[in-house]
Amino acid sequence: MPKSWFLRFGLLVGLLFLYIPILLLIVMSFNEGRLGVWTGFSLHWYAQLFQNDQLLGAAWLSVQVAFVSASGAVVLGTMAGMLLARFGAFRGRALFSGMVSAPLVMPEVIMGLAMLLLFVSLEQLTGWPEGRGMMTIILAHITFTMSFVTVVVQSRLVSLDASLEEAAMDLGARPAKVFFVITLPIIAPAIVSGWLLAFTLSLDDLVITSFVSGPGSSTLPQVVFSSVRLGVSPQINALATIVVSIVALGILGAGFYNARQEKLRRRDEQLAQQQGG
Amino acid sequence: MAGPFTSGAGAPVAGGPVAGGGHSSAGVVLTGPVQGGGRSGLGRFLTRLAGGRRLVVAVPYGWLLLFFLVPFLIVLKIALSSSQVGIPPFTPMFETSLDEGKTIVNLVWYNFTYLLSDNLYIIAYLNSLWIAAIATVLCLLLGYPMAYAIAKADPRWRAPLLMLVILPFWTSFLIRVYAWIGILRNEGVLNNLLMWTGLIDQPLHLLYTPGATYVGIVYNYLPFMILPLYATLEKMDNTLLEAAADLGCPPWKAFLRITLPLSVPGMLAGSLLVFIPATGEFVIPELLGGPDTLMIGRVLWAEFFNNRDWPVASAVAVALLLFLVVPIMLFQNVQGKQQGKA
Repeated sequence: MPKSWFLRFGLLVGLLFLYIPILLLIVMSFNEGRLGVWTGFSLHWYAQLFQNDQLLGAAWLSVQVAFVSASGAVVLGTMAGMLLARFGAFRGRALFSGMVSAPLVMPEVIMGLAMLLLFVSLEQLTGWPEGRGMMTIILAHITFTMSFVTVVVQSRLVSLDASLEEAAMDLGARPAKVFFVITLPIIAPAIVSGWLLAFTLSLDDLVITSFVSGPGSSTLPQVVFSSVRLGVSPQINALATIVVSIVALGILGAGFYNARQEKLRRRDEQLAQQQGG
Repeated sequence: MAGPFTSGAGAPVAGGPVAGGGHSSAGVVLTGPVQGGGRSGLGRFLTRLAGGRRLVVAVPYGWLLLFFLVPFLIVLKIALSSSQVGIPPFTPMFETSLDEGKTIVNLVWYNFTYLLSDNLYIIAYLNSLWIAAIATVLCLLLGYPMAYAIAKADPRWRAPLLMLVILPFWTSFLIRVYAWIGILRNEGVLNNLLMWTGLIDQPLHLLYTPGATYVGIVYNYLPFMILPLYATLEKMDNTLLEAAADLGCPPWKAFLRITLPLSVPGMLAGSLLVFIPATGEFVIPELLGGPDTLMIGRVLWAEFFNNRDWPVASAVAVALLLFLVVPIMLFQNVQGKQQGKA
């Protein structure tokens, strides 16, 4: 297949489309003025950002919520992934796999409304949860992010054959031991990426959070949304620049780490082959 | 378990009797405690297994039932109740009247007939489908060459290129929408650029239009289109194209007759991943679209937060589920079964 200039051009256009808005966003965070013209370099939007207590408080709440939700989602999602990939047929499997995949495509407004009505009804019936706030946000976030973790873990489990686990079982290891000694280390990369995915989704969610949060518990996306709704605010550009830098550093770091691991693994394989031969 | 096997993974058991017993009993883990009950000790072991197994089934299952399935039943229930002023702003389904001691069941249909009687809801629904469909086609047109180019690239370059496509997805969704406000608004970067080059002398009205909504959806959902497309194209058998070329088929024809039909599953998967969430989208039309960019997600939001009419908001949600999500899930199910057969 000859290399086609058309494909390369298409790829280039697509990548420019993806990156130019983000680059402009970053450039404008260092702009002195408010308007879309460059008037001079300035860091005063960053200074304002770090004095914006409402925004910083919301950011801290969001990080706490995302941390707890991602951890909960990883536990439930790993269980669900095991269930779907390793347990074969069980009663109600169809319903279960439907419930796992539905949040992936469910419009967020519906999820948010449904979760809120559940919390309201539960409170009427049992008195719990009392009002809405961090607790209800976390419960809702665990529910919608665990599906993503399940998919990641399940696909990792399906791509690995079960022979190691089977061998360990044959040798008499208990299921729990098999899971913690064999399965868990093998699927650890999937669990880590599932956690990161859940963390990001939780940190980023606006719609579901708006339904289930109460007065006094506004997350970062809610604060950003209400400020963006009123128009452009360069503080948000500064915030975006910080978020993009953290994400880029994290992903580059993970990329380098993976490449290094791969290199080590190849070297070990070569050594093993040389010794074997 | 008895004997040397308690020490687990480190035990020197290769070739031992248990390992020789082999993988037939491996099904134990997978298919339940019925198989392979011959050996002593295995019984106890299986009882434990069944206990752990039940827990692993029960916890995520129970969670999803409580926090995912039950909420939808409640939505349905509230869609069938009337709204009232108060907390919560809807009438209870069961009412016990004190003087007669009877329980009255309150179920009303008028939230649904109301949706049909007011054009707003039907227009918003059709408009959402239309906007989502156009955005999906645009994603396909932009994403296909990208996915194909990555699939055809040197293997060393594939992972970094894919990473470049996914990277924006890890930054915040809101930030990505916000980026376009800065570009499209009247004093924005694009209008300044166009005025500076002299192409226009009045700023174009770009933000708060349906066009801005399309751009926003395409920008945010493009990776969801590219990834399944890439997965399909990368697996494709190149020998087919080579054979076509050997037989004198021009590349464009080979593409139309071989590559394109073979990539249909990827196109379908990607289109669904874009189309469904885009139909229910709230943030993008709210921030980039104008007041006339009517989409069903916005209508639901307004009913709930501005009008505080929970029953009508629930009825909108039920209608959206029935006419969008359920058909698509059934379609996917049927398709999955067909692929399973093939």
